[in-house]
Amino acid sequence: MLNVENINVGYKDLQVLWGVSFQVNQGELVALIGPNGAGKTTTLKAIMGLRRPWSGAIYFEGCNLCKAPAHKMAELGIAMVPEGGRVFTGLTVLENLELGAFPPHARKHMAQTLEEMYQLFPRLAERKFQRAGTLSGGERQMLAIARALMSRPKLLMLDEPSFGLAPLLVDRIFAKIQEINQAGMTILLVEQNVRAALELAHRSYVIQNGRIVGTGTSEELLSFEFVRSAYLG
Amino acid sequence: MVETLVQNIVFGLLLGALYGLAAVGLSLVFGVTKFLNVAHGELLMLGGYASFWLFNLYRVDPFLSLPLAALALVVVGVVLYLLLFSRTVKMDEEQKVQTTMLIGFGVSVILQNLAQRLWTADDRSITTAYSRMSWTLFDIRFPIVRVVSMVVALVLVIALHQFLQRSYFGKAIRATVEDWEEATIIGIDTHRVYLVAFIIGAALAGMAGTLVSVGYSIVPSMGLEWTLVCLVVMTLGGLGSIIGTFVGGLILGVAQALTAFAVGGAYRQVVGLLLFLLVLAVRPQGLFGVKEG
Ligand SMILES: Nc1ncnc2c1ncn2[C@@H]1O[C@H](COP(=O)(O)OP(=O)(O)O)[C@@H](O)[C@H]1O
Ligand SMILES: [Mg+2]
Repeated sequence: MLNVENINVGYKDLQVLWGVSFQVNQGELVALIGPNGAGKTTTLKAIMGLRRPWSGAIYFEGCNLCKAPAHKMAELGIAMVPEGGRVFTGLTVLENLELGAFPPHARKHMAQTLEEMYQLFPRLAERKFQRAGTLSGGERQMLAIARALMSRPKLLMLDEPSFGLAPLLVDRIFAKIQEINQAGMTILLVEQNVRAALELAHRSYVIQNGRIVGTGTSEELLSFEFVRSAYLG
Repeated sequence: MVETLVQNIVFGLLLGALYGLAAVGLSLVFGVTKFLNVAHGELLMLGGYASFWLFNLYRVDPFLSLPLAALALVVVGVVLYLLLFSRTVKMDEEQKVQTTMLIGFGVSVILQNLAQRLWTADDRSITTAYSRMSWTLFDIRFPIVRVVSMVVALVLVIALHQFLQRSYFGKAIRATVEDWEEATIIGIDTHRVYLVAFIIGAALAGMAGTLVSVGYSIVPSMGLEWTLVCLVVMTLGGLGSIIGTFVGGLILGVAQALTAFAVGGAYRQVVGLLLFLLVLAVRPQGLFGVKEG
């Protein structure tokens, strides 16, 4: 479904990603794990068209994403939950969700998707007229996920959904992510929280210093020094 | 004495409503795009001339020509945006402000000279059959055209506020203001949002120009003064608050009128700058603005 082929990406003259390649297949939950500064967010930004690769290609369902403007990605079926549960804090919960359905195909089903989101995250229904800025960290993360799902994506990408959350909340968010995947959603999960990510993912890629240094199932990856120290430590 | 004072305040409010309308346009454009379009006053001037000529050549009532002035400025706005301002959208904020100021300055010089060539440097104003009529209440005079102009300004500002708060595209505009990257991620074409904000700003300037030409007078060189007024009001009201900006316009109008009343007409312009500096020193986010960060 998603094919990232040998991309080199950087900021100004600083190269961050070096020949990164990976795939995500329909229905999979794939994790991209690595330490802070490894280039995980940059990878997601490249897929979203927010950072153009210097070379290499990104295909989504056979369509070359490097040729599409960034705002078209949502319409093509890719949704991203930005780092830190970034939401529009000055807008209400409901307004955030409504805007999540911005692509034309999603806007047609807005009322129905909204109902589904309130079922998935009942907390958001209680808070729908509140400004998103008044939500707690966990609630914001839920809102960010729900807003991404409002576009009825084919691929959902999450950038460190566990970041800054208490362990109990992390478990709850990850259970939701699993639930969403089991309902048929293809997911690319970016994480520093290796333990939580490996428990969930079907397959994972390990990224370090802008390079993919390992890939496999959770058991296979445990043989990697970085993964082992992070997982057991 | 008291009557003169009240009369001055009334005139101040009536003019201040137009300050508010003009400044709301500039403030919207700046808030959304971070373009500091210092040719905003010239756009207002063009709107004034559009209605002036529609009235003098075709006898179109100025209040009926409001939509036409708006339309004319939408066209001007689209041209300016696509030709010039759109080139700056990828710049960072500071560079964008500086570059658009230069662009705006160039545009203002060109438009001002063009207007002078085409329409001479004379003062013009629209004189309709009802121009000299006014209502009188407790010996206070309310010129009809200015009162109607204030109502029009108020309606336009409230309509814009409602559009931003309630409509789907208005919400998309607010989202873009808050975080353009996040807005792009969810599928909003932020360039289109910028364009729409820019042409709304131009249309508001055009309509303000019409109201100025009917209640007051217009002249090709009026742009700079109006741009300054808009900048003062924008700072006074605070960014991000449409209604607050409008109230800022009323405050400036009244402050000018009171200054003229107390110390003489020559000091009208000075009070605006004083208010500007005072607000910057005491409450930089403006009277009704929210603090950033
Ligand atoms: N806007 C930017 N400008 C310059 N360098 C950046 C920018 N964003 C990230 N970087 C650099 O790119 C590298 C990878 O960052 P990032 O993709 O955010 O890593 P991760 O998400 O894995 O923590 C880091 O070294 C970071 O300093
Ligand atoms: Mg990151």
